[in-house]
Amino acid sequence: MLSTLLLGTRKGLVAYRMVNNQWKVESLSFEGQPVSIAYADALTGQWWAALDHGHWGVKLHTSKDRGKNWEEVTAPAYPQGEEIKDGIKAATRYIWSISNGGRAFPSRLWVGTDPGGLFVSTDEGKNFDLVQPLWQHPSRKEFWMGGGRDQPGIHSIVVDPRNEEHVYVGISCAGVFETPDSGKTWNVRNKGLRADFLPDPYAEIGHDPHILVAAPSDPDTLWQQNHCGIFRSTDGGQHWQDISQEEGPARFGFALTVADDNADQAWVCPANSDATRTAIKGALCICRTDDGGKTWKDLRNGLPQENCFDIVYRHALASSGDAVAFGTTTGNFFFSPDRGENWQTINNYLSMIYSVQFTS
Amino acid sequence: MATVKFTAALRRFFPGLQEMRTEGTTLREVLDEVETRYPRALSYLLDEQGSLRGHVNIFIDGTMITDRSGLSATFSGESEIYIIQALSGG
Repeated sequence: MLSTLLLGTRKGLVAYRMVNNQWKVESLSFEGQPVSIAYADALTGQWWAALDHGHWGVKLHTSKDRGKNWEEVTAPAYPQGEEIKDGIKAATRYIWSISNGGRAFPSRLWVGTDPGGLFVSTDEGKNFDLVQPLWQHPSRKEFWMGGGRDQPGIHSIVVDPRNEEHVYVGISCAGVFETPDSGKTWNVRNKGLRADFLPDPYAEIGHDPHILVAAPSDPDTLWQQNHCGIFRSTDGGQHWQDISQEEGPARFGFALTVADDNADQAWVCPANSDATRTAIKGALCICRTDDGGKTWKDLRNGLPQENCFDIVYRHALASSGDAVAFGTTTGNFFFSPDRGENWQTINNYLSMIYSVQFTS
Repeated sequence: MATVKFTAALRRFFPGLQEMRTEGTTLREVLDEVETRYPRALSYLLDEQGSLRGHVNIFIDGTMITDRSGLSATFSGESEIYIIQALSGG
């Protein structure tokens, strides 16, 4: 298990470190400011904080010393004249995902934004360029739409560790797009998904993959917690299968994480459907599958089972070895040392938690 | 020379921020002067398309500007230009 947990919250970036078998707060950065994503780059050790100032716009900061000192860099910005739709100017409204480019591209950083632009830096985050081929995709203006946010957003970036020119993004709402060549060309990978909210649920584009994750031990195995269920692909996104639980909670939710060492094992955080977005029957549970989604197990030991309203946002569930951690919309933060069988409360008094990541 | 005054909320990001006199004759020139003196400040006030951010307001001699993208409001050498944040959250 990695020994640091990085949290992006509505009121700052909180870093926890395991000390004497207990999680202790190591640092608090950006107190009072919304951190939409806190990201630790496993290759460089650098930390990134995307700030969502209500008044002053989206900002990006980085730290090379575990949050002791931060430097603001120029946040991804849309070129002059770019439009979301005809007549609506494009400006960065939210940073929703950050990923390094992999070992083959040590200076590369990908950033996904609302309103739907993917940005790439080739100089370690000093400057960002809009990935035009995706932005200019013929489907974007007509078929991409907001989902959870007013405009489309890129919340998932998955770099294939075997070939780091090969990248997937998850877009709400559009679906999964794949590039084989570092962003020059893009293919739609939504076959088998179902979008109940569209006139044609099997439309090629318009899906809402709340989060897209690749299995670390088998990058061709992709998982997504979708708005309309849980889906899995074992062929690199060519085809998706609905693996939602037929009778049970593992269906609607936002977050999903896959075990480091087992492409068939994953966790989700079920919630009541989009109409209420609350914990199911007032009880918090995590569901785990050990067989690629054929069966699901409720994991509740140590989690609140009454009068609970918590749900878990898409980036706020993480795993590392046997450890699993998640943070909730009401500021509760939980940890399991044994793949979810038992849960410990780390903190009940944080603010709304947007992201949780294990790092070294 | 007009005078530019700032909300104290911006001092969190620009600790040295102070009222300043400006030689700018258009609002855009004034904001560019602010940027020169306080690098990155412009990105806190305008989005990348040059429009005033949704929760930022500018008052000239007590009147809020209405052209938030063209920034065409006029002022005189005696004017006071206030850059403030819109209140939110009560």
